[in-house]
Amino acid sequence: MNCEYSLSHLQELEAESIHIIREVAAEFQNPVMLYSIGKDSSVMVRLAEKAFAPGKVPFPLMHIDSKWKFREMIEFRDRYAREHGWNLIVESNMEAFNAGVGPFTHGSKVHTDLMKTKALLDALNKYKFDAAFGGARRDEEKSRAKERIFSFRDQFNQWDPKNQRPELWDIYNSRVHKGESIRVFPLSNWTELDVWQYIRLENIPIVPLYYAKERPCVEIDGNLIMADDDRLPKELVPRIRNRMVRFRTLGCWPLTGAVESEATTIEEIVEEMMTTTKSERTTRVIDFDQEASMEQKKREGYF
Amino acid sequence: MKDRKTDIKAYLDADEKKDLLRLLTAGSVDDGKSTLIGRLLFDSKKLYEDQLQALERDSRRVGNAGAGQIDYALLLDGLKAEREEGITIDVAYRYFSTNQRKFIIADTPGHEQYTRNMITGGSTANLAIILVDARTGIITQTRRHTFLVSLLGIRHIVLAVNKMDLVGFSEEVFTKIRNEYLALTTRLGIEDVTCIPLSALEGDNVVEKSNRTPWYEGISLLQFLETVPIDRDRNMDDFRFPVQYVLRPNLDFRGFCGKVASGVIRKGDEVMALPSMKRSRVKSIVTYEGELDYAFCPQSITVTLEDEIDISRGEMIVRPDNVPNVGRYFQTMLVWMDEEPMDRGKQFFLKHNTNTTRATVDEILYRVDVNTMEQLPGEDFKLNEIGCVRITTAKTLFFDAYSQNKATGAFILIDPITNNTSAVGMIIRPLVMEDISQADVPTLDLRKLGIGEESYEAIMKAVRELGRQGIEVKVVR
Repeated sequence: MNCEYSLSHLQELEAESIHIIREVAAEFQNPVMLYSIGKDSSVMVRLAEKAFAPGKVPFPLMHIDSKWKFREMIEFRDRYAREHGWNLIVESNMEAFNAGVGPFTHGSKVHTDLMKTKALLDALNKYKFDAAFGGARRDEEKSRAKERIFSFRDQFNQWDPKNQRPELWDIYNSRVHKGESIRVFPLSNWTELDVWQYIRLENIPIVPLYYAKERPCVEIDGNLIMADDDRLPKELVPRIRNRMVRFRTLGCWPLTGAVESEATTIEEIVEEMMTTTKSERTTRVIDFDQEASMEQKKREGYF
Repeated sequence: MKDRKTDIKAYLDADEKKDLLRLLTAGSVDDGKSTLIGRLLFDSKKLYEDQLQALERDSRRVGNAGAGQIDYALLLDGLKAEREEGITIDVAYRYFSTNQRKFIIADTPGHEQYTRNMITGGSTANLAIILVDARTGIITQTRRHTFLVSLLGIRHIVLAVNKMDLVGFSEEVFTKIRNEYLALTTRLGIEDVTCIPLSALEGDNVVEKSNRTPWYEGISLLQFLETVPIDRDRNMDDFRFPVQYVLRPNLDFRGFCGKVASGVIRKGDEVMALPSMKRSRVKSIVTYEGELDYAFCPQSITVTLEDEIDISRGEMIVRPDNVPNVGRYFQTMLVWMDEEPMDRGKQFFLKHNTNTTRATVDEILYRVDVNTMEQLPGEDFKLNEIGCVRITTAKTLFFDAYSQNKATGAFILIDPITNNTSAVGMIIRPLVMEDISQADVPTLDLRKLGIGEESYEAIMKAVRELGRQGIEVKVVR
């Protein structure tokens, strides 16, 4: 496609995403961009920077810190926000954290409910955000394939898959009553490969955990878990081995499985991705909690 | 697969240049639509092992395919509620790519009550695949889907005549269906129609051309999807730039952000703002990467102008010699998307591009029976009903006929109480010439401009055309 007036798929997706981001900035009183520090978030953040260049992005970034994120993620987050002039908000469920809630003691379900979902809902209520951007893509998971770009949430932040607003052309309905909100997914139409390709072409910085390196790991229920800090249960410590691994998704370190890999460049990551036989969410422990678990979490307000 | 670094780099470099085809699939559960999509994904190696394992497990548990067969449909029916009901209830988007192109499939169900979903899924589609069962041929549902595709202005249709294996790959059966279908699409004015005989279940003519249809001279479905030209489908003639957001990072920079709805704009071009009709020139086209010499639809850009003109969100930048209709009254097709029937007394919010205004539906001219395409009298609209209405808006809109320009001819109606998207519309034509305040009427003094009398007729013709579109220009001879 080298015709004078044609766009590649990535240019078209980029234009679509920028249009979505600007529409939110124009139509909502108090939007926020949720930042997970992952590769998709990194792309979304860059698209926001692009949407308002040479100006500053007119909304803040917010990270819901479950207090169990990889340390490298937190370092990356703070450095990126500082270097790119973002207004960064960090929120946690301190009550649950102080009560000792964590994945090893309470299991992934309770941990996720309290440290992620509840922390997010509390933060959204605290700042009274009426729109929240998320970096989710429709190709990630089955229940996401049906979600709108502007996804309506009631006053309890719930998603009702049977009662979604029709969404046509590029005309987004942003009208909400007080207390209701919209989750906005500017990357809805991007695939995992698109995201990597864009990171490669645009030189977007990502957390080094995506690249393979020797890391201290322990096998738990078939997942390779990296011992990121000293909260790993003591009985598991003797089983720690150095393995050459990388992460395909990033989350709480005890809930995010590493994959054995030699990939140290984006090209190698993509190569690995294309020859791999497992989709990226298989390294997420939370998806396997219960049948249709992601849909359940989304109904409850988790992305 | 790829062993060397150079290979993967070459792959990525090639991948980067692929374009994007958005397509809609329509058909009922029985037509094997999900099976067809499942096979496109499967055969283009998009399915991962864990998804396949889950699929095999689910096929054994709740599958509708025969014993030992993979039910591709399960792959697509994402939501738990739907899996229990055994039908897809909403639009689901699927992604796959080949060496030629990237594809986004909007998968929508075929049931009558879900016209809403097909309209939703099809609004951004370049192409529609309509499935029929070779044993039953063209049925009421096929006509309905085809009508909706024509209403949405989708330029390319593939009629996938499925289950050819069950009619012995009969050329006669296929030809009869094709001829009947072409008669229908001709009546609807759809030009690009391709009919393909296939078996989604057994894979004939889906990815590879089948040797079981030697009489079929065309290419396989996937080959067609990979090669159908779509870059001519966009309106590149009429520049329309709805201002989405005004960027003022400092006193020296005033940028108008937006997506080019149609057409092309170049640095230095003369432009006009609507509704003020003030003119200026494009000083720069700004992006994060730097300035562009030109931009075209559907790029998202920021434009700065030579002169300080006040333009807000909802206003539009166009070329002075090519303006849209400017007005508050128009005739339009309307599709009712709300569970609640239309309340004629209601004032809606109408969102058109970046403009939101109050609007009323003044008159229902007729409803359309989506199955027979007959016009019926109508007093109101219920869910999934389609018709032609007259609308008045509180604010002036800048619009074109949807058939000429989708981006400036489409709108949605929002219920002011529930905030639901109640209806969507495709504008047919403006209704009344719009009054434009005299103070802003531009004047052409032909003698002063040094224009010879031989050109007067051509100029008056252009001025009359402008008048028809709602733009008044005063001429002094």
